[in-house]
Amino acid sequence: MSTKHSKAAEAYLQDDAVVTRHDQTFFGVRQKRDRMAQALPEWEDLREAASQIKKHTETHLADYLEQFEQQTVKNGVHVHWANDAEEYNRIVFDILSSHQVKKVVKSKSMLTEECHLNGHLEAKGIEVIETDLGERILQMMKLAPSHIVMPALHVHREDIGDTFRRLIPDFDEIAKSYKPQDPHDPNDPTFLTYVARMHLRQQFAKADAGMTGANFGIAETGDVVVCTNEGNADMSTSIPKLHIVSMGIEKLIPNYQAMGVFQRFVARSGTGQETTVYTSHFRGPRPGGEMHIVLVDNGRSEIIGNPEHWQTLKCMRCGACMNTCPVYRRSAGYSYTYFIPGPIGVNLGMLRDPHKYYDNVSGCSLCCSCDNVCPVKVDLSTQVYRWRQELDSLGHADPMKKMMSNGMSFLFNHPALYTTALRLSHVVNWMPGALVNMKLNPWAYGHEMMKFPKKSFHQIWKEEKL
Amino acid sequence: MRIGLFIPCYVDALYPEVGVSTLRLLRSLGLDVDYPERQTCCGQPMGNAGFEKKAVLLAKKFDELFSPYDYVVAPSASCAAYVRCFHPHLLGSHEAQKQCATSEKTMDLVEFLHDVIKVKSLHARFPHKVSIHNSCHGVRELGLSSPSERNIPKFNKIIDLLKLVDGIEIVEPERPDECCGFGGMFAVEEQAVSARMGLEKVRRHIATGAEYVTGPDSSCLMHMQGVAQKQGLDIKFIHVAQILSAGL
Repeated sequence: MSTKHSKAAEAYLQDDAVVTRHDQTFFGVRQKRDRMAQALPEWEDLREAASQIKKHTETHLADYLEQFEQQTVKNGVHVHWANDAEEYNRIVFDILSSHQVKKVVKSKSMLTEECHLNGHLEAKGIEVIETDLGERILQMMKLAPSHIVMPALHVHREDIGDTFRRLIPDFDEIAKSYKPQDPHDPNDPTFLTYVARMHLRQQFAKADAGMTGANFGIAETGDVVVCTNEGNADMSTSIPKLHIVSMGIEKLIPNYQAMGVFQRFVARSGTGQETTVYTSHFRGPRPGGEMHIVLVDNGRSEIIGNPEHWQTLKCMRCGACMNTCPVYRRSAGYSYTYFIPGPIGVNLGMLRDPHKYYDNVSGCSLCCSCDNVCPVKVDLSTQVYRWRQELDSLGHADPMKKMMSNGMSFLFNHPALYTTALRLSHVVNWMPGALVNMKLNPWAYGHEMMKFPKKSFHQIWKEEKL
Repeated sequence: MRIGLFIPCYVDALYPEVGVSTLRLLRSLGLDVDYPERQTCCGQPMGNAGFEKKAVLLAKKFDELFSPYDYVVAPSASCAAYVRCFHPHLLGSHEAQKQCATSEKTMDLVEFLHDVIKVKSLHARFPHKVSIHNSCHGVRELGLSSPSERNIPKFNKIIDLLKLVDGIEIVEPERPDECCGFGGMFAVEEQAVSARMGLEKVRRHIATGAEYVTGPDSSCLMHMQGVAQKQGLDIKFIHVAQILSAGL
């Protein structure tokens, strides 16, 4: 009885120190979030308002999308519609190639991960540089993100230092310009950040185009709002003349009043900051420049019509559910087979392709903590429960679990048989430990076997006339 | 007021003393308690494992068996929560499209004593230091305490009741409502993560210096006890009903 997630988690759990560090790091973020939540008396009202705004927008999405398009066109922006990942990749490539772009700087976007844009562009000879520090580190190390907001938090600074020394051509030159000069730790975080900053400045200066994602699209004004902590979205769009925004259609909100609600608590939820360091509003192209927005569906409009799972569309990708998830904290991002891990990732993976990503559905103890941190009240654990009900008809039910469930159901539906079984259950106690604790008994992996009492409550009730 | 006592399957088989304590406690408060003998299981183990269809008939039988009572009381937060939160959906999916008569009146023991009976004094004595185990479904489905994630006034109904016990010292571990990793079949399907969560939870309980871990859910206690014994960790586990009835 195991899944790809449970096996990968078991392998990850072999290194106690790594697991402890991972768990404590992300629980620390959860605690920062809690302090922020406690400091705002209107916290629960904000959650309800945000949930209602998202519900309203998702259920009137066609209208808001048209309004958004009209506004953006009025603002001098080119709007493109992509039905799926393939069309999206083609549109982006066409825009880039028609502008003879050789090098693109990109600020963080989970949508481009979802559509595998980088690989597509690189295969066609366009150099793509991630400019979010975490994403850049992962790109250089050829690793995938292990968290949607803090993608490289699991990477150790020694490995980052080695990677920079190996892959940044003018590393030594940059290092020489670092004040204070040596002696310093070669992997000092401030030093490494300085190296990254200098390295990225060169990339911004040389790029032909800048790409950003979108945290919010405001229908009333046609604004695109991007939240970063490093200002890299602004750098990506300040030097190159061409700006391409990639935006999932579910990112829309109606107006600035709604934006005020989200601005107040999206960063508080995700990273425990009062706000992100930069909240950038893009309304139109720079003088002499061009701005394009690609609106991507890629399965989203299917989800709106799914009564059991439409709420996932409310998600803002803040990462709060991952930080609180006791399973995510102890199994880490790479144990999941979908590129988004944790509670929201389990659900989004199933919506993407249940036959490919069903292995993650086991990674939930149904503790419901995620439901209570989610700033837009996505019913995450209920959705995991629902997906589990689907596994059998999808042909992915675990045979042992199925057998056990059938057996239990039969026993519990026959009270006389159940009572007899109870009377015999203490026989288990007489079996030698080795037999009970054998490999076939998955309970024995982490537990000493329980002792069955001589009499069940049923028997005591009957025999002792309680 | 007639109370139907619901002793969930695993409590029945493994922890009959918890059932006996619950019965004694309720009777000591002058309540009319009956135990319908044809009861078995609420269906949660199948539901959480992904086979809730196998639980539909059980939910129907549960509803028929317990609907004559004014309240259904169970010494198990998770099972009471399954009846409360999931049985209406199970019965609705049944061909009879039945309304669920018992979901609202099925309560965990702590909830029942705190909210319905509003117990203000007990004759129990338990001169020990106990660490509270706030089990997930008790906290987040039944509202036995304020979830640590939420910005709402702090409360804890388990602690309110235990404070009525003479001689007791009550503490809570760090991360007071983080999951212990049981989760039904989660414990066997994700055994490595489950065991790790259990071990950390037990260590946090031990770090309080308590002699006992107590809570409203024998399933969490069973999981943590199994982990503690396997790891040779020294702490005892006791259901909250046993403390509230200590000395009766």
